[in-house]
Parts: sequence; structure tokens; C-alpha cells
Amino acid sequence: MKLESKIPEGPLAEKWTNHKFNVKLVNPANKRKYDIIVVGTGLAGASAAASLAELGYNVKSFCFQDSPRRAHSIAAQGGINAAKNYQNDGDSVFRLFYDTIKGGDYRSREGNVYRLAEVSVNIIDQCVAQGVPFAREYGGLLANRSFGGAQVSRTFYARGQTGQQLLLGAYSALSRQVANGKVKLYPRHEMLDLVTIDGKAKGIVTRNLITGEIESHSAHAVVLASGGYGNVFYLSTNAMGSNATAAWRAHKKGAFMANPCYTQIHPTCIPVSGDHQSKLTLMSESLRNDGRVWVPKTKELAEKVRKGEIKPRDIDEADRDYYLERKYPAFGNLVPRDVASRNAKYVCDEGRGVNDTGKAVFLDFRDAIKRDGRDTIEGKYGNLFDMYKQITGDNPYETPMKIYPAVHYTMGGLWVDYNLMTNVPGLYATGESNFSDHGANRLGASALMQGLADGYFVIPYTIGNYLAGEKYEKTPVDHEAFKAAEKTVKDNIDKLLSIKGSKSVDHFHKELGKIMWEYCGMSRTAEGLTRAKGMVKELRDEFWKNVKVLGSNEEFNSSLEKASRVADFLELGELMIDDALHREESCGGHFREEHQTEEGEAKRNDEDFAYVAAWEFKDLDIAEELHKEELNFENVKLTQRSYK
Amino acid sequence: MKLTLKIWRQKNTNDKGAFKTYDIDGVSPDMSFLEMIDVLNEQLIEKDEDPVHFDHDCREGICGMCSMYINGEPHGPLKGVTTCQLHMRSFSDGETITIEPWRAKAFPVVKDLAVDRSAFDRVIQAGGYVSVNTGGTPDANEIPIPKSVADEAFDAATCIGCGACVAACKNASAMLFVSAKISQLSMLPQGQVEKSERAEKMVAQMDAEGFGACTNTGACSAECPKGIDLKNIARMNREYLGSKMGSSN
Amino acid sequence: MSWLTDTLTSSIGRKVIMSLTGLFLIIFLIVHLSGNFQLLMDDGGLQFNAYAKFMTSNPLIKFTSYGLYAFILLHIIMSAVLAAKNRKARPVGYAKVKGSANSAWASRNMGILGTVILIFLVIHMRSYWYEMHWGDIPMDAAGNKDLFKVVSASFAQWWYVAIYVVSMIFLAFHLSHGFSSAFQTLGVNHKKYTPFIKGLGIVYAILIPAAFASIPLYMFFNN
Repeated sequence: MKLESKIPEGPLAEKWTNHKFNVKLVNPANKRKYDIIVVGTGLAGASAAASLAELGYNVKSFCFQDSPRRAHSIAAQGGINAAKNYQNDGDSVFRLFYDTIKGGDYRSREGNVYRLAEVSVNIIDQCVAQGVPFAREYGGLLANRSFGGAQVSRTFYARGQTGQQLLLGAYSALSRQVANGKVKLYPRHEMLDLVTIDGKAKGIVTRNLITGEIESHSAHAVVLASGGYGNVFYLSTNAMGSNATAAWRAHKKGAFMANPCYTQIHPTCIPVSGDHQSKLTLMSESLRNDGRVWVPKTKELAEKVRKGEIKPRDIDEADRDYYLERKYPAFGNLVPRDVASRNAKYVCDEGRGVNDTGKAVFLDFRDAIKRDGRDTIEGKYGNLFDMYKQITGDNPYETPMKIYPAVHYTMGGLWVDYNLMTNVPGLYATGESNFSDHGANRLGASALMQGLADGYFVIPYTIGNYLAGEKYEKTPVDHEAFKAAEKTVKDNIDKLLSIKGSKSVDHFHKELGKIMWEYCGMSRTAEGLTRAKGMVKELRDEFWKNVKVLGSNEEFNSSLEKASRVADFLELGELMIDDALHREESCGGHFREEHQTEEGEAKRNDEDFAYVAAWEFKDLDIAEELHKEELNFENVKLTQRSYK
Repeated sequence: MKLTLKIWRQKNTNDKGAFKTYDIDGVSPDMSFLEMIDVLNEQLIEKDEDPVHFDHDCREGICGMCSMYINGEPHGPLKGVTTCQLHMRSFSDGETITIEPWRAKAFPVVKDLAVDRSAFDRVIQAGGYVSVNTGGTPDANEIPIPKSVADEAFDAATCIGCGACVAACKNASAMLFVSAKISQLSMLPQGQVEKSERAEKMVAQMDAEGFGACTNTGACSAECPKGIDLKNIARMNREYLGSKMGSSN
Repeated sequence: MSWLTDTLTSSIGRKVIMSLTGLFLIIFLIVHLSGNFQLLMDDGGLQFNAYAKFMTSNPLIKFTSYGLYAFILLHIIMSAVLAAKNRKARPVGYAKVKGSANSAWASRNMGILGTVILIFLVIHMRSYWYEMHWGDIPMDAAGNKDLFKVVSASFAQWWYVAIYVVSMIFLAFHLSHGFSSAFQTLGVNHKKYTPFIKGLGIVYAILIPAAFASIPLYMFFNN
């Protein structure tokens, strides 16, 4: 099967405009004859559901949380990029496009990324019109900041809660359509299977998480906006409930999974404090604007810090190693996320980590406070410092913060074409659940942009192109394909409940996380990956023999929910390892130690790997088939990143 | 740390429910409250007992899903945090901790400590939005908004919809939640177009859901993890009365 | 008129009725107190009795007093309705409530405070208002009913004075919350004025009941 990206012909800047003209339209009066299922209510899902309903389609919106407003987009702190050039500092659609392509280490499609940059400006207009209270200057106009090392100030923000404000904006638009009767909400429902008929997506099977009821929902198209799979690592900045199940079950029904090994590790998270740790908390990247990252110069001194024999503030300047400033004098503490993360790992691997677990580095504000005064620093980061103190008990005004990288975002996801349709006709994937726009690494403040771009401004155009060719008749849910899918789901649940083993679901999840973090995390080797593959497979076998899931299906059963998600993570983890193993290069969030420059930087192999790796599910324990979509670069020149 | 936990257990909405007491040992002060319950649940599963069900998701204080009434206060003794941000260092060794679900007619218990807060969604559906469709909106900088107004609107908009205000209120009133949304939108020019209708509809829905009335005790604001101010309730009252008396709705 | 009934039966409308009637009663307290001070005049009650006569016979005052009774009743009935509704909003209570962590005691117990004040009102009305209208009261030198005598006789009893003083303490607590709460309900909450209103409320809640209580105390000890 050949993957067709369906990128429109023509010059880069005209592709989207031309495409919008060329796509088939559904007559306004006929839109009400089509039903669309949207799974997930984050930025990508809520914006899509609301916009599609506004157009006149009947939308069913699903989420596993108790309300659509809880989706994890809400936790994004930093901001949202848009090429508005309000600051008159030389930003443009092309520059945002260029930065995104370059930041993604040339592993994303030019056409998609350009479109993203193009619609970014509309997103801000839309959100302001909804009543999103973005930060403003004294003159009443919108404020911007430079984010994640960008050379221009293009990031719009709402204090440290941009994701929350944008999501509540999308949620309010969604709520309005619920009131209009165009959207029906299904909270506390989890999608457990995709239903395809003659190769086309025709609906989903869900479980009501309160009653356990297995329900079929039929539609003319299905949009997955179910987020990323970072929780495969157990510890991540994702929400506890974030999972890959919807995407993975779609994958098992034929949708290709693209670039699953591209995972973003965020350098500034609060370190793990012990075995009880359930998730990791991100501290905004903006902290690196003023904080200096360091560890003690010697192992011995680090040992003393860990034992509490010496206070960090008492360590002489000469005994401190500001390793980012030392290695990357031009960018210093503002090197990209992957570089900062990897270097933290290296100094900790050398035994110079600074907390009990040995896995933490300092982020010190002493000099910034000395330079700008405590009030200025408090004004910028007060809430973050409070949050840090809350969690760790340490006061960052007096002692340096301790930080360590954590899994934050997954660039990989379901393969989609330019229309955001997967290779399964009628099945779409938006937001983090698809692979499309960030390449091998995502820029800061671009996740919110992509989620909303997909939902507000892309899918409402492109879905019509497919639906215009579809018949109005809805597939009845007693169709054999639905019955078969329901049976698969029920059998799977029965199997989980019948094992009655001796180890809890969390046990397996934690074990999987440890393997993935160790071998498929910040730094990967062929040897480690090969070993990890065996370990994950073994763990999966043990899971299906020895997992303990109490209770029944017909109740609110948190263990059962988790078990079904972890079962999928165990399969996905293996595919991530396969993907990481096959990609014999380093790029963005994928660093293979075998492929680095003499200076220890990521070394791409554009000759052999400038493609999207799309994996096709065959059957359990049969290797997935690799399909390649070549990436063509006509507007940018591929360069090796250098932050020296 | 060693603790005694008195936890409300209720199989489902129709079950009567009762407290059950658990002893837990080896609690680290660095654990979050929810991680402590995780540990308890692992122990319960070990003993083939049904783990304690509770709502939680982001565990960083922003999704608003966690909802435990701890020792007589929503989200526990610490101010300005949600249950997931509450750490065990706020408790002392040997303490007995009583954990209950949010109690309100409009928030029926789903199981154990999890409640159904869809009433909040319905209140928002009644008018907690600006009626603009996607596309065709003016440039974001077309209408300047004074920084102070934008900041105040933001303060109201930080509500996470957790329901602690309802849980804390002796009348199970939802006025802080409802007023936060009414305030945010009525302060911004974009929201002012529909402000009178919005206040009327949202208040009507709030009453229909069975929430109580406000006694101005201020408990809601004191317990709100985001510190939403009581002035929002005053603003809602103004908007509501002004609209009822002045509009032609 | 459905919009009006809608408004007045909404949760906010009911609170507004509480607030407006409460504010009226707050003003009434000042009027009442200024009348009471005439008890302290050293004229054997002549001035006070003349005042009492005026207050019970002047048509305008009479009319106003009916309004007063209505507002007191409305305040009481509405509080009962609200209390019942509020109780229904939480059918299952908490096992442990730590109200002191988030609110003032008086604000949580306005119903109890109000009930005690209501009981006081009944005693108060029975003692003087009823006596004045239907009781067998001798005339004073000016030919007015000698209500002063009734009052000074009652305030010669220590337990009666005690009831008054204790009731005024309850009133003080009731006002300590009610005063500023009434403004909040009406939507008056402003960075500049609210601290002043709150301060004034506290001053009012202390001064007025203290002044009321001082009269029986003075008369008791002066006897």
C-alpha cells in the first residue's frame, strides 16, 4: 500500500488556499444528514466538535473524564504561537513555518507545517472573540513573549495557564453547541474499538465507565482527538488518565502509526521523590530564561549535597559546573529541550546528580535575584515558585530548584494525510494523536497551536471532502461489524477480569515505564533497545497471565479501566522500540548514541531516513510492516542543528 | 508516618454508603494526598478488596477533577491547592483523617469519593459562552482591552470547576462557580453583547439544578483552590438584577 | 408579571429580599434607639410617655409601622424558606465540618441568631407593645399612658435585664454579618468601598446593640 500524503500542488504559500477551493463541499442543508463522532475533548477535540456542529453536522463527543473541560490540554502552561508579528520583530508565516520545520529536525511535511503557520493567526482572533483573557499590555493590546529560544516574540499567553484558558474557550464553544442540540456529550465514556465496514470507519464501541455498559455508536466519520501516548513511560507530565487506547485500537483496525519513537522529554520538571510517585509536574520552560543550570563539579561534592552535608548555596563558584553555559556558550541555558534534557541525564549518569535519587540538577535563581531583585523574579515566576515549594517543601528564593527531565509530549501518532485523514477512509486524527506537524521535535508553545488549528480551521474544511462522497444512510448499530467489535471488546474485558493474578495493574505499568525510560527515553542504543524489546514482550506475557483486576465490568471499576489501557501500552511500547531501533540516525526527540557528531550532538541521516515511518499492524507477535512516506523539501535547506 | 483513614465507601449512587476505617503505615511526607490513597489502594488490591474510587486526572492542580472533603474542608487543610497538590507533610504522624465526597443534591455520589458534577456543565451550557462561530472573527487586536480589565477577567477565568465552592458552602451553593464565568465574560467587551441574557439563563439553570442560595459566609472563596473572589458573586447579583429589571427579555 | 415573580423566587431574588428587609430593619434600629434614649430623661417618664403616645397614634407612623411588621415578617418567612431550600441542597451532610477554617461563626449561624432574636422580639412585644395597646396602664401626669412605669418596673428585675443584654449580644453577632452581607447581596462590592462598609458594619454591630443594652442596665442600677 502506497501512502499518499495528498499535499496539494502549487507553491507552498498557495497550497492551502487552493486546496480549500478544490475540496468538495457538502450542501448546508445536507450537513444535518451526517453524523460525526469526535473522541476526546481537548483542544483538538472540543474545537473540532464545536466547529463541525456549527457547520450543521450532528456531533457526538466522547471523553473519559467526568466533563469535557478536564482534558489534559488544560495543563499547558506556556503559551500559543502565532505568526501575528504584532511585535514588529520580523515574524511572518514563513518564519514560523521555517522555525517549526527546523525545530522538528526536518522530519515533518512542508505543506502541513506551512498550513499550520498560516492558520495560527486565525486561532488568536478566534480565541479572543470567545472571551479568552490573554495577557495584555497597558495600551490594551495583546502581549507576546519569546518562548523556548525563539528569536521573535510570537507567543500569546494567559499567565501560566494558557492551555486552561484556551481549552475553556473551546469547551464554551462546545457547550454552546450542546445547548443548540447539535452536540451530544458522552462523558465518562471510553472508546474501546473502531468499527470499520468495507474498510471505512463507521463508528466506535465504547464502555460507559460508570455502568460498564458496552455501547455502539454509528457515524459517517470518526475523528480521533485522543491525545498522545506519553503515559507509556508511566511517569510523565501527562494526566493520569491520558492513554493511547483509542488510537491504538484504531491502529489495530488498520490505521497506521507513524514515527512512534519521537517523544519529547521536557528538561524542567520536578524530580522523582520516591517509588510512590504517580506523575511528574512540569515547571514552565520560561524558568530557563533566568535560572542557571548547574551541578557540582565533582562526584564527591555531589555526594555531600545528596547526604545534606553541604548546602547548595554554600558551594563555591569554582566548584560549580554550569554545564550548559560551558558547552553551549551561544545559547547557554536556553538550548532546545532535547539538548538540555540529554545533558542533564549525562551529568547525573556521571554521579553528579543532586537529590536522593541522584537524578536531579540545580536550576538556580540566585544570580537573577541579585541582578533584578526579588520582586521582579517574583513577578515573573511567583506562582511557579509557590507551586514548587508546595510540592517539594523547598523555597526556590533561598535554595536552588532541583529539576530533571520528564516525558512531556509525543510527536508520533496516527499517520494522516494533508486532510488529517488516516489511511482508513473516514477516520481522522487531530492534535497530539496524529503525527503530522512537529516532525521529530516540537517547539515550545506549538502544541496548543496545532490542536486548535486542526480542530477549528482544518478539519471543518477537509472532512466535507470525504463526506460529500458518502451516502446519508447511517449504518445501524446492529450491523454485524458492530456486533463483532462489541464482542471483541467484551471478550477482552472478560479476559482481563478472569486472570485473577497476583500483581496489580500499576505494577505492570510501572515496570513498563522503567524499561521504556531506561532504554527508549532520552538516549537510545541498538543494544539497549533490543534488550528492551525482549523485556517488554516478557512483561506483556506476564501481564496476561498474572494481572489482578478485581470487581466486575458492570460497575465503576478503576482497575479495569487502567488494565485495558496498560494492555495497549504494552503493545505500543514494543512498536516504539521497533521504530527507535529501525531509525538509524538521531533526530529531534530520538537520540541514538551510535549516531552523534564528535561534539555529542544529534546526527541526522537525511539520505536514508528523511521519511515518515508508518507502521501497519499485522497481528500480535508478528512484526508490524513498515511503510515509508518520503519527505520532500522544496522550500527549506536541510541543515544540521548547532547550538554551539 | 502512620495514619488512620476514615473513608466514605459507597458502591454506587443508590447504595447507602458508610465510613470504613483503614490503617496505613509508611506514608512519606513527600507523597501527595492522592499518592497516599494510591498506596492504600495497592494494599487493598493486595487483600482482594475493592480499591477506593476517586476522581483525579492531571495531578497538577488544574483539571479540577480531584474532589475530596478532607477533615472537614474541601481539598484539605491547605489553602489555595487542590487535593492532588496537598502533600502529606501537611499532616502529622498518627493523625486520623476523615475523607468524604463532595456533598450536594446537585452532585450525587457516583462511587466512594467520586461525584457527578455534570450540573456544572449544564450551567455553562445555559449561557457560559460568547456566541461566535469559528471563523469570521475580527483581528484580535481590533478591540483594545485595558490591562486591568483583562487581568481581572483572567482572575475569574481561572476557575477549574472542581466544585470545592459547593462542597464548602453550608448551603451547597454554586454561586462562586457561576459568578466566575458570568464575571469573566461580562468584563470583556466580547462577552458584553450577551451579558444580560447570560446572567438570567445561567442563574435559572443553577437554581434548577438544586444548588442552595448564598449566605455570604465566604467559605467558597476561602476554600477555592484558585482563590476566586467574592466580588464575582456581587457582580453576578448586579448583572442578574439589572438584567431582570432593565432588559426586555 | 412573571419576570417579577421569577426574579423574586430565584435564589438571588430571595437573597435580595433578605437584604432589603434587613437594611430597612437596620435603619429602624436607629430610630428605635433614639426613641429609647428618652427613657433616660430625668422627668419621671413624661417625655417618653408622650413619645409613646405619638408613636401609637400618628397616622403616618402607624402606616409605617405596618410596613415594619410586614418587613419583619418577610425577613423571617424568607429566611425560613431559604433555610429549608438550602437544607434540601445538601440532603446528606458531612460527618466532619471545619467551618472555622473558612468563615466567621456568625455568618454560618444567622438562622440561630435570628431565631433567638425572634424569641426576644416576642417577649419584647408582649411586654410593651401589647401592654401599650391592650394592657391596663395607668395615666401619667400629662394624661398619657404611663408606659415608662411599665418599662422601669420590668427593668428592675435582674433576669429581665439579663434577657435584654444577652439578646443584644445575639443581635450584635447577627448584625456583624448581616450589615455587610446585605450590601454584597445587592451587588455592592468594590475595592474602595467594601472595606469601609465592612468596618462600618462592625462598628454598627457593636455600638447599636451596646446602646440598646445600656438602657436596661442603667435603669436597673439606677433604681
